[in-house]
Amino acid sequence: MLDYLPLILAGTLAAATPLIFAGLGELVAERSGVINLGVEGMMLIGAIAGFAAAAETGYGAVIGLPAGALAGAAAAAIFGFFALSLTANQAACGLALTIFGIGLSAFIGQHYVSYSLPGLQPIAIPLLSDIPLLGPALFRQDWVVYLSLIAFALVAWTLTKTRLGLLLKAVGEAPEAAHAIGYPVIAIRYGAVIFGGAMAGIAGAYLATVYTPLWVQNMSAGRGWIAVALVVFATWKPTRLMLGAYLFGFVTILQFHAQGLGISVPVQLLAALPYLATIVVLVLISRDRKLLQLNLPASLGKPFLP
Amino acid sequence: MHLLEPRAQPSQLMRWTAPLIAIAATLLVGSVLFWALGKSPLDSFHVFFVEPLTTGYGWSELLIKACPLILIAQGLAIGFKARIYNIGAEGQLIVGALFGGGIGIAYGETGAAWVLPAMVVAGAIGGALWGAIPALLKTRFNAEETLTTLMLTYVASHLLSYMMHGPWRDPEGMNFPQSILFDDAALFGLLVEGFRINSSLWIVIFAVLAFWLFNARSFLAYRLEVGGLAPAAARYAGFPAKQTVWFSLVISGLTAGLAGVGEVAGPVGQLNLNISPGYGFAAIIVAYLGRLHPLGIVLAGTLMALIYLGGEAAQLSLQMPAAITGIFQGMLLFFLLGADAFIDNRLRRRAR
Repeated sequence: MLDYLPLILAGTLAAATPLIFAGLGELVAERSGVINLGVEGMMLIGAIAGFAAAAETGYGAVIGLPAGALAGAAAAAIFGFFALSLTANQAACGLALTIFGIGLSAFIGQHYVSYSLPGLQPIAIPLLSDIPLLGPALFRQDWVVYLSLIAFALVAWTLTKTRLGLLLKAVGEAPEAAHAIGYPVIAIRYGAVIFGGAMAGIAGAYLATVYTPLWVQNMSAGRGWIAVALVVFATWKPTRLMLGAYLFGFVTILQFHAQGLGISVPVQLLAALPYLATIVVLVLISRDRKLLQLNLPASLGKPFLP
Repeated sequence: MHLLEPRAQPSQLMRWTAPLIAIAATLLVGSVLFWALGKSPLDSFHVFFVEPLTTGYGWSELLIKACPLILIAQGLAIGFKARIYNIGAEGQLIVGALFGGGIGIAYGETGAAWVLPAMVVAGAIGGALWGAIPALLKTRFNAEETLTTLMLTYVASHLLSYMMHGPWRDPEGMNFPQSILFDDAALFGLLVEGFRINSSLWIVIFAVLAFWLFNARSFLAYRLEVGGLAPAAARYAGFPAKQTVWFSLVISGLTAGLAGVGEVAGPVGQLNLNISPGYGFAAIIVAYLGRLHPLGIVLAGTLMALIYLGGEAAQLSLQMPAAITGIFQGMLLFFLLGADAFIDNRLRRRAR
């Protein structure tokens, strides 16, 4: 068990990274009152954009991540047009975006099937990475893993300590009031949704250019949906989202080490574990209605028409 | 950014023309897409929407694809009216196929006449059970059915993968993840020799009539609709909300399960990893495009089947990935939702 610990810990961090990006993005969008169920689609669009950019330029994740972010943001803008400007049902628009994203990424990805990329070298943080056992696991990661921590800090800080965060929450809690004082509710929501799309795009690009650097159709495999569930689990708080993401990273990585740990369950059933865990976690958090009601952005999912 | 303002009265005209507008917009953007890919839009549309229907075989294929879509959408529409969003019909289809297919594998070789009916019943039960889980989680633990139904879809597909790699793999199948080919007793009989359309068509026709009667005549359907339109009024009238959740999810699971059996005991003829090209998801679009009305769903399901068929044709004659079907489906749903916004709203008049 102890031999596996560094491997499992390191794997957990990497597996959690796409969930952190996508989850933080969705959290910001939901805090502004918009539920975007299109995370899975935006992730896939980001994944193929990132993969194509990395493959065509040869610069890897350095160009792949920004490309993924741009593509995810563009996909989110389409969602925004229908869900915000036209006030269409947000849940259904998100579903449309997911169906569209799965199709579009598979369509473009046709050119890249079984094409692989070099991936990223881990960066060891001096001193910290020399700590026995934990050091190599936690402080010898690729730069995107560190970037996810910075993203967390920025989102958490913005939400709690800045005017922008206050504005975002106001728009999510009481859009009519925010509108009455003169704040541009729809513009702020567009901003939050597009930010969410960019983050989902980065998550997808990380999957395609770093985590498993070869193109596989539908490679996000439900991670976008898990990210949406994580936001509920986190009761819309960034710190809890991180906890949730690491928990899921751990569950995801467990299946690859199960055999070494002496668990003899068929791989196909182990692969279902993260989805079962999502259900369990949703049940645990949702059964406490008060907790959920207390934190739920009051206008979540409701279109705003001034 | 504020494009709309509320209408005084919802527009009945828009309610029924919205699907047509959505289809027109999809075709329009589709032509731009084809043009951008260097294909002539006219030729492409010919390949996509006309060519498949020039042969009898094409019409039979259209029906084969329309059947599961229509069947699933009928069940989903019940829930959608009551605002219960089952988006995991794909998973319920898979479990239905596993339940029904299991009987086909075990008893097909007996050649007995009861095998196929038993498969149909088992498939319905399997789908209904898979739909009952999110119903339990929603009524007992308040867990959102959108996320749980979807997660269960992934669980179902891993379950299928396990059965195909393990217990139910064809021992003589060269290690391919697929079951044995079903015996005749475990297959729907062909309606016309030389075409793949089979007797499961009767199940679909029966279901459409049953759902139509249910919608038009039953008090339960009315209660479901009130629960969706005005939850407070439904509570005041004493319509039990939990019953609505259970009924919606179990009935939509059941129809999806039936569709699953229809596939494995029909055109697929065995259990394998490709029993459904996303029918469970496409049926969501079909339900809305058909205005949640049993007969509207028949039209919408036929159109969606044509999009699937066209996608296959485009793959063959235009060398385009079949994924273009998904692009069209996503666009169609977007445009439909956009057009639906004009039922209750209209374009803002510039007063400034």
